[in-house]
Amino acid sequence: MRAGQLINKLLLTEFVTAFFLAMRYFFGAKPTINYPFEKGAVSPRFRGEHALRRYPNGEERCIACKLCEAICPAQAITIEAGPRQNDGTRRTVRYDIDMVKCIYCGFCQEACPVDAIVEGPNFEFATETREELYFSKEKLLANGDRWEREIAANLAADAPYR
Amino acid sequence: MDFILSALDYLLGIPFLGWGEQIGFVYKALALLVGLLIFTAFILLGDRKVWAAVQMRRGPNVVGPFGLLQSFADLIKFGVKEAVIPAGADKVLFLLAPLITATLALAGWAVVPVDNGWAMANINIGILYLLGISSLGVYGVIIGGWASNSKYPFFGALRAAAQMVSYEVSIGLVIITVLLCVGSLNLNDIVIAQSEMGLAHALGVPWLSFLNWFWLPLFPMFVVFYISALAETNRPPFDMVEGESELVAGFMTEYSSTPYLLFMLGEYIAILLMCAMTTILFLGGWAAPIDLPPFTWIPGVIWFFIKVTLVFFMFAMAKAIVPRYRYDQLMRIGWKLFLPLSLLMVVIVAFVLQLTGWGWHGGIA
Repeated sequence: MRAGQLINKLLLTEFVTAFFLAMRYFFGAKPTINYPFEKGAVSPRFRGEHALRRYPNGEERCIACKLCEAICPAQAITIEAGPRQNDGTRRTVRYDIDMVKCIYCGFCQEACPVDAIVEGPNFEFATETREELYFSKEKLLANGDRWEREIAANLAADAPYR
Repeated sequence: MDFILSALDYLLGIPFLGWGEQIGFVYKALALLVGLLIFTAFILLGDRKVWAAVQMRRGPNVVGPFGLLQSFADLIKFGVKEAVIPAGADKVLFLLAPLITATLALAGWAVVPVDNGWAMANINIGILYLLGISSLGVYGVIIGGWASNSKYPFFGALRAAAQMVSYEVSIGLVIITVLLCVGSLNLNDIVIAQSEMGLAHALGVPWLSFLNWFWLPLFPMFVVFYISALAETNRPPFDMVEGESELVAGFMTEYSSTPYLLFMLGEYIAILLMCAMTTILFLGGWAAPIDLPPFTWIPGVIWFFIKVTLVFFMFAMAKAIVPRYRYDQLMRIGWKLFLPLSLLMVVIVAFVLQLTGWGWHGGIA
């Protein structure tokens, strides 16, 4: 046993086996994707950047029920409600999400009775300043307009399972 | 005319006489430096690529085709960064240390023959000069670690002092075994000796010149030299001096921007110098591995750099596959394994050469 160990050590057996193992990996397929140029698959349930959706006629879905604000475990959502100027319906005057506080748990979209607030498939919204991550209602609605096609497709794909 | 030139020579201390030779020397030095720096840039990329490939990653591949220009992008990045000098640092020594490392590493290349007689200085004690220069390399590390006036660099410097000196000993003994076989300290002679005698000549197949080289008869020394060279240049698995898991970045912790670049450059050029030493001592320098037309058509310089690259590939693979040694293990290998082993080999080789009369009997020495 000890003589065998000594011979193994002197002949660098472990180094040589490791070298051949490493050469197998060296020429093997790389699992890495070329990230900025190629992107990995994203599940329909992916919880990324938030968006406020609209109905097809352009009316915003949110009715200011404040369920999302209530359920938010990080208390990242701030809503102020009030009657809208032109027709007096109950709408949000202010709908802010502090994306720095947000933990992306998805409770807001679960709580929403009208599918207004959703977490879209976008995960590339890094900013240069902290202030840009305090999302306002305008920013969220703009996100909704920008990602509506993907969000609708994802909701439809996930619908049979919920 | 000659009188005027020699008078100018005397007055200004600049050798105007024999100007042509001087200029030729400058061109040669410039060609070597530029070629070496470009080679280093690609070797740096190659190191990262090999490391990445073993870990099933792609490595740098965005700047230029296959990421070939990555090192030049890094050069620009380091060049335009702000150089931070710690308030408590000894400014002069702090900036001197990277210069020492880079200059010494480059100075070593002055005696390396990249082809038959293609050395900047073909001095008769070339191998001693190389040993001396690579020993001096430790000063850059020690001065840098001390001048930073911070605890981690200081620990790194202390480790460097012990580590690089320890492995110097076994490298010295390995070199002695080669010198016993050659009988000359001239690097050019060492390479020529490897093509004029050896196993291939003994077997009657002199065209199989890769069998002639010293790696085969002195195989244990070849392995000891390879491992000692890893330790001498602070490469993983012996990068105690940097040891990022315990010392942040060792002696380079406080360095940034151009001083850091110089350290990095010096380190890689020193590594290449060690690869070149391995090539010259054991792998037949510029000689083609098979002494037949398709191989001999390729110029010696190219063979030399192919061999250096192959040795460097082994350096990079060691970095990728061997976990880092603990400091006491490093010291144990150096003093309790390599020193007795290489000492024993010196004695055995000397005995064999004395009894059989083998060895090379040409050269200038």
